[in-house]
Amino acid sequence: MPLYLNDDQTALQDTIRDFVAEQAPVSHMRGLRDASEASGFSRDLWRSFAEMGFTGILIDEADGGLGLGHVEAGVVLEEIGRNLSPSPFLTTAVAAVEALKGSAHATRWFPGILSGETIAALAIDEGAKHRDTVTLSAERSGNGFKLSGKKQFVTHGHVADLLIVAARTAGSATDTEGVTLFAIPRDAANLTATPERLADASIAARLEFDGVEVDADAVIGDVDGGRTPLDRLLRAGRTGASAELLGVGGGAMDMTVGYLKERKQFGMLIGSFQALQHRAAHLYSEMEVARAAVLKAQQLLDTGSAHADEAVSVAKAMTALATTLSVQEGVQMHGGIGMTDEYDIGFYMKRARVLAEMFGDANFHADRIARAAGY
Amino acid sequence: MTQDIDTFRSETRAWLEANCPPEMRQPVRSEKDACWGGRNPDFQPGQKEWMDAMASRGWTVPDWPAAYGGGGLSPAETKVLREEMAAIKARNPLNSFGISMLGPALLKYGTEEQKLDYLPKIARGEIRWCQGYSEPNAGSDLASLATSAEDAGDHYVINGQKVWTSYADKADWIFCLVRTSKESKQGGISFVLFDMASEGVSTKPILLISGYSPFCETFFDNVKVPKSQRIHDENKGWDVAKYLLGHEREMISGMGLASTGGNPLIEGAIATVGLDHEGRLADPLLRATIAMFEVRARAFGAMSERFIDELKAGRAHPAQPSMMKYYGTELNKSRHELQMAAGGSDALEWESQASGGGREARAWLRTKANSIEGGTSEVQLNIIAKRILELPA
Repeated sequence: MPLYLNDDQTALQDTIRDFVAEQAPVSHMRGLRDASEASGFSRDLWRSFAEMGFTGILIDEADGGLGLGHVEAGVVLEEIGRNLSPSPFLTTAVAAVEALKGSAHATRWFPGILSGETIAALAIDEGAKHRDTVTLSAERSGNGFKLSGKKQFVTHGHVADLLIVAARTAGSATDTEGVTLFAIPRDAANLTATPERLADASIAARLEFDGVEVDADAVIGDVDGGRTPLDRLLRAGRTGASAELLGVGGGAMDMTVGYLKERKQFGMLIGSFQALQHRAAHLYSEMEVARAAVLKAQQLLDTGSAHADEAVSVAKAMTALATTLSVQEGVQMHGGIGMTDEYDIGFYMKRARVLAEMFGDANFHADRIARAAGY
Repeated sequence: MTQDIDTFRSETRAWLEANCPPEMRQPVRSEKDACWGGRNPDFQPGQKEWMDAMASRGWTVPDWPAAYGGGGLSPAETKVLREEMAAIKARNPLNSFGISMLGPALLKYGTEEQKLDYLPKIARGEIRWCQGYSEPNAGSDLASLATSAEDAGDHYVINGQKVWTSYADKADWIFCLVRTSKESKQGGISFVLFDMASEGVSTKPILLISGYSPFCETFFDNVKVPKSQRIHDENKGWDVAKYLLGHEREMISGMGLASTGGNPLIEGAIATVGLDHEGRLADPLLRATIAMFEVRARAFGAMSERFIDELKAGRAHPAQPSMMKYYGTELNKSRHELQMAAGGSDALEWESQASGGGREARAWLRTKANSIEGGTSEVQLNIIAKRILELPA
């Protein structure tokens, strides 16, 4: 399989590029922020995504979805990134769908995800930094489990209908085994979600589970065997976040290169200065390499390769590095107006920081690569 | 189609397994491990067998047409062959500037007669080529070259000097840029081929900081070259030169890729620093630096695959080789800086047997030329800025 988009994927890209640019350009995000919109995204826009079929991009055709893969999901996410469009696409249509796939929960939740009614959120992180550890406890209680503990950085957690929760049913915090993944309706008793607005104007919740009782059928897959669906969720989430980062970094770069071609100082276009040309060319190179890493991870995930996991970490780390460079160079090369709220480039910087952190930052993934390579 | 490619893969796998000598599945550790062929070859065990076996199928140049000694493989088949070679850690059967640089230029600009004459010999590794581009006063500003080719009827008489001519002292033939007109800078250059054994050719190796002399000064004193050995029209050599430079940059960018088989950087660091009780390099900052380097190195591995795929499909930006060259060479320099840091004082030994005669130190110093040869990093950045990003002059 060649490492570029095939004709169908390119056609999808044309469609989604126009759609997102029209329906949810950066001004859409700015409007939601200025209105202090409480959900953090537009339900109407999400229903349009559903009408286009995008909410079912990873759901099998037999279950009413498009039956496409991570390459296609990434095509959508890149445009979401380029336009900084607030959307539950990554959490709901990508990560949650991958977690639920093949389980009894698919029948229950997929119709709502397909129709655009159901929003899913991922309750994975327990500290300020993404880690492999899981401590939130799920103790056996009656026919089911009782969950106690805290989660944070749960995007859309305050408005989601469904929470995917990683909990510990056996062993200690760092054990690979003994983790169980749960699908829990957010309106469950004794569950508090406190929404916090983040630097990029998106909203993530802090969740408190104070003895939340769930039935045994809330378990996704097997009790103590939650790593399997959790890893599936994380691979999809990390790859998806990488694609979105690619869009953020690419959008910032395009804006910056555009600015270099119109801004004049000393009576000349600043883009004619070699000091800036070389920096822009270096940035282009980093973004190109990041793009290749993302497509490689997506293709390996789609073919079920054993090498997919490492490629996913390469993609997440590389896009974080390249996009961080892109937004930093973006603000610097825009000069003073790059510091103003009125100009969009600052939004790219903030979004990049959030996505770089999501599902593990560059250090986390470099460490994973090192461990897998035996050092 | 899928079935055809699966069949091709299983047949290729079986053939490689049967024909790739065990010595040729060992990592390339030094310059001697690379097979260059030529009229006066210096074969190590297994090299000739492997080169000849691959050449017999046209697989030293798998995607060239069979009529010119190639394998006639499609892009998909070529990729499968590469993958299967990588899977058994097979070495490149033939390193050749004829394959990586001259061949593509001949395929595009050569006459049918020239293609039939030169390409099969390149494919079989019979002629070792060198490149006569840079001159003492024509480096980054290559088109200012002054080596002259005077019209003498059916042949040219060439006078002048080239520099940084890689392996000129070991090469059989040279592809050379010469000035056939002073009327125009770029429009007065022609591209000629000639035998390094011709009367009036002399070479003088240049001692480099690595202690090796891979580059030479090359002198031409009234060298006669038949006009039939000119590629493309007179005064149109710059087109050929630029096209070839694109392929040279591709080749050099490949240096950014990890060698097949093992990872000397990580193995070296483990050997000197050791692992802690959790199996991590005991020097956490060195480990972090290596891990972050590996992110870029692996991502660049994907970029190389993407670039080749896009190139074969005609989808790559014509200036993309400049990006590849820039990134790959800077990456390779970083790799060797890290390898020296990992090796510590062991890696500083210059002559000892333990250090393989200063293998690492010399390789480290050699890489410093990567971002100079074939157009400096700064020249590549200029090209990216102007041709890809279309920034104003």
